[in-house]
Amino acid sequence: MSAVIEVDRVSKRFGALSVIDELSFSLEQGEALGVVGPNGAGKTTTLNMIAGDFRPTTGRVRFDGRDVTGLPAHRRCRIGIGRTSQVPRPFDGLTVFENVLVGASFGGAHRGHRARDVAVDALRRTGMLAKANVRAGELTLLERKRLELSRALSTEPKVLLLDEIAGGLTEGEVLELIDTIKSIHAAGVSIIWIEHIVHALLKVVDRMLAMDYGRKLIEGDPHEVMASDEVKNVYLGTEA
Amino acid sequence: MNWIMAAIGGVLLGGLYALYATGLSVSFGVMRLINLAHGDLAVTAAFLSSTLVLTAGGSPFWTILVLIPVGFGVGVLLQKVVFDRLVGVDPALQIVATFGLSIVIQNALLKVYTADRRALDIGSLKTKSFSIGEVSVGAFPLLRFVVAVLVLVSLSLFLGRTSTGRAFRATSDDPEAARLMGINSRAIYVIASGIAVSTVFLAGIFSGAQTNFASSDGPGLLIFAFEAVIIGGLGSLWGTLAGGIALGLAQTLGAEQFTDWPAQLFGHVLFLIVLAVRPNGLFGRAET
Repeated sequence: MSAVIEVDRVSKRFGALSVIDELSFSLEQGEALGVVGPNGAGKTTTLNMIAGDFRPTTGRVRFDGRDVTGLPAHRRCRIGIGRTSQVPRPFDGLTVFENVLVGASFGGAHRGHRARDVAVDALRRTGMLAKANVRAGELTLLERKRLELSRALSTEPKVLLLDEIAGGLTEGEVLELIDTIKSIHAAGVSIIWIEHIVHALLKVVDRMLAMDYGRKLIEGDPHEVMASDEVKNVYLGTEA
Repeated sequence: MNWIMAAIGGVLLGGLYALYATGLSVSFGVMRLINLAHGDLAVTAAFLSSTLVLTAGGSPFWTILVLIPVGFGVGVLLQKVVFDRLVGVDPALQIVATFGLSIVIQNALLKVYTADRRALDIGSLKTKSFSIGEVSVGAFPLLRFVVAVLVLVSLSLFLGRTSTGRAFRATSDDPEAARLMGINSRAIYVIASGIAVSTVFLAGIFSGAQTNFASSDGPGLLIFAFEAVIIGGLGSLWGTLAGGIALGLAQTLGAEQFTDWPAQLFGHVLFLIVLAVRPNGLFGRAET
């Protein structure tokens, strides 16, 4: 196995505020990694730096062995880093189909019929095909979350970064979403998934990383990590 | 009969205003940029056309073929040097920076072309007209109107049907999310500015063929463009055409009724009424 994403001693400071502090971890090819931690632990900031929304203050990010630290977000998307936002942000003025077509044409660099096929496939995999001609602004929350996922898939990612994709959904909706993500993972896409809904993570991920205060707390087998004293302390606030 | 002629004249004049406004509409629609130097760019085009005609001869029409690509280049350059720094910042900064740009362009024109007024000579076409029954329609205003509609139709097809057009709309909705879909938003902005300046170059040449122009005319033209965009509704190309036509109609019909008053006044009044009654414009989407 080789690492598809390597986060190498990455730090991020906003002025005097240190958000990420010397964080290192890697994601193996075909692996699904769960990331947990309290609010403000720096989970989303970490995804942002992998996706290229902004650069780390120090440290490197590598994708497939290549240093992508200085690469802008749209280029990282094109080489295979797909990403969903915590709050879905579809292009409201475009139809659902146009939303994914944009991803297939630019992120996936496809043209004509091929772009259409990729877009249709992305919608089918997330169960959104029936809504293809609806304007994205008219979707429900679950549909917006699904579209967010379809859009990331339409860019044909090798690595999919999921930021609290299950947040705000009902129990039944979460279960549907888990099936969708499982099938994406089974198709060979490597996944980093930030989530507060731990039971959802446990059904999908191969490995778990717990963060607090911008640092790695513990990583390893998902059940062992969740049962560890470190994680219990952070979540129950009983730090000695 | 005079009323019908005034109405036709107003609609045709509206085509010119729409052409002026197209660039503003595109810049604002795609990158929320307000460019106060827009009118000065139109005047620049009229002067450049006049220089080309004086050196190479012929009719101003051939200079359109040269100046549209030149305008696109000017737009690209302005985007890279000036506008790129203004996207996503406080609108007050956009206003200050592009107001400065407007002063720079006006003074450069003054230096090169002095304060004299010039005109583009299109020969007999300027006075040619068709008669339909008792109504006569100017050939040149009609041509101008048709060109304006063609420009808007092609832009609309570009935005609606092409993959780059979808990227325009996506970037307009949410530039950050667009980047996460692999769209290089800065490249989109460069194209948008290229389109904005080449269309206002075209408008400047058409306007210069109708009335004479001087280096300080830009801000006056900017107001017409602005009014057309606001009346029609920000971010809608068809709204821009409708806004231009409404503005033209207000001017010609107003002047027909109150012959002692300047025609522009009625356009300004319509603009203020629309701002008060329907601030999103006739076809505007409610801002979210």
